[in-house]
Amino acid sequence: MIGQILVDGVTSGAMIGLGAIGLTLVYAILRFANFAHGEFASWGAYFTLLIATALAAAFGTGAPIGPLSFGWPVLMALPLGMVLTGGLALALDRVLFRPLRRHGAEIVLVIASFGASLSLRAALEFIFTDRPQYFSHGIAIALPIGLGLRATADQIGLLGAAIVLMGVMHAVMTRTRLGRAMRATSENPDLARLAGIDVAAVVRATWLIGGALAAAAGVFLGITVQIRPDMGFDLLLPLFAAAILGGIGSVPGALLGGLIIGLAEALAVPLVGAQYRAAVSFVILLAVLLVRPRGLFGVGRE
Amino acid sequence: MSAPALQVQDLVAGYEPGLPIVRGASIAVAPAEIVVLLGPNGAGKSTLAKAVAGLVPVSGGEVRLRGMPITALPAHLLPRRGLAFVPQTENVFPGLTVRETLDLAAAILPAAERPAQIAQMLALFPDLAEMPRRRAGALSGGQRQMLAIARALITRPAVLILDEPSAGLSPRLVGLILGKLAEIRAHGVAVLLVEQNVRAALAIADRAYVLVEGRPAHEGPAAALLDDPVVAALYLGGRRAA
Repeated sequence: MIGQILVDGVTSGAMIGLGAIGLTLVYAILRFANFAHGEFASWGAYFTLLIATALAAAFGTGAPIGPLSFGWPVLMALPLGMVLTGGLALALDRVLFRPLRRHGAEIVLVIASFGASLSLRAALEFIFTDRPQYFSHGIAIALPIGLGLRATADQIGLLGAAIVLMGVMHAVMTRTRLGRAMRATSENPDLARLAGIDVAAVVRATWLIGGALAAAAGVFLGITVQIRPDMGFDLLLPLFAAAILGGIGSVPGALLGGLIIGLAEALAVPLVGAQYRAAVSFVILLAVLLVRPRGLFGVGRE
Repeated sequence: MSAPALQVQDLVAGYEPGLPIVRGASIAVAPAEIVVLLGPNGAGKSTLAKAVAGLVPVSGGEVRLRGMPITALPAHLLPRRGLAFVPQTENVFPGLTVRETLDLAAAILPAAERPAQIAQMLALFPDLAEMPRRRAGALSGGQRQMLAIARALITRPAVLILDEPSAGLSPRLVGLILGKLAEIRAHGVAVLLVEQNVRAALAIADRAYVLVEGRPAHEGPAAALLDDPVVAALYLGGRRAA
């Protein structure tokens, strides 16, 4: 029983971690809590669903791959959905956040992001209605994975995909000029400029990457659960909790934070009941803010 | 004096529109010259340095680097033009290692030149060579200052501007850092130094400007300013001297 909870917690934690990377980077670089970040997960799921449906209609084969519940159109659509969502994040910055940054206080940006969140969610409900949709109607069967544990092929595949994306992201942050420039900009934008870094370009890259990773999290959530217009909003609190728990600006922190939140939520279900699952991230968030506001990996700022 | 590496003409700059802190300042630094900017607190020394580096809005006047106007350029393009600035505080990235910091700053150079430049910085500051993987946030005050200067110098600037590099350092480290500036100058770099540590700065400088209320009120050879009783009484005094 406890082992099964760990399996579920780890897979959902990996998705929370993926989604939280973008949130933590935007927070660190632009200094504001973007409440519309969860919407990138929803939009990413719907973008991917649309593309996958079109691919399946055009080529006629959407049959599930092996033991997975979904077919190759979903796999092909995922990278495109991630790119489109990155573009959506970039566009939102261009029309909304960037003009406000020029003469706005942080709170103005936060409130604007709240408005953007509501608008983006309403647009999804308008286009797709609030009826849940699915990447596949195939049934995911839980397979034994040893030690008496069972996991669906989807869970295993998505966990693998999440680990690959996290590994790529970690390599980008530590090995590439872009990653170092992002870390430098988040620590000290003025000094980054003095080091020859085009901060505006770093900001654009941050939105693209953050939006794309949120889309991946949304698609993974859509595969394991369902696609709904408010799925991203429901994800928002766990994302914030993971980002703050891990330490704002830290990619490994967001991943570890995501795992802890995912596990805590899964453990809470048998302890306090499924209806209080969402409260768990909130309690963890408050506890971290009170006890260690910098989070696990946070670097103290000026 | 040869043609200036840095020429600042009638510069007006400040954080708020209509409230200039630098009010028509004109200064010049020649290649291989160390010029120190002195003045009482609030005279606008740091603001002048930051305005030249592109960090404070300029509302009037002109800045020329090797004769080319750079006044309106965004800060991130200035290192490519040959101007480097070391801020007084928060002048390293705490989360980046020594090596990452140097790699990041060297990235604007052609790839083939980067390794030699990094090696040259590590040779100039052997302390840093011993700890390439240490995060800047874990360095001592003196080591941070060395990393900050190495970060700025790695792009082979024509002009290096430093805002109070001796602040908070022990007298031994002040001597070490200022001594490095003499070494840097020997490579032809024009050095503009903002300093409160007046005597130590004048000891290595060629010339100095004394800034009062946003513009230079005195200018002269460093040795002469050090001995000028009026200047000494007004601005150098014993109050903040090392």
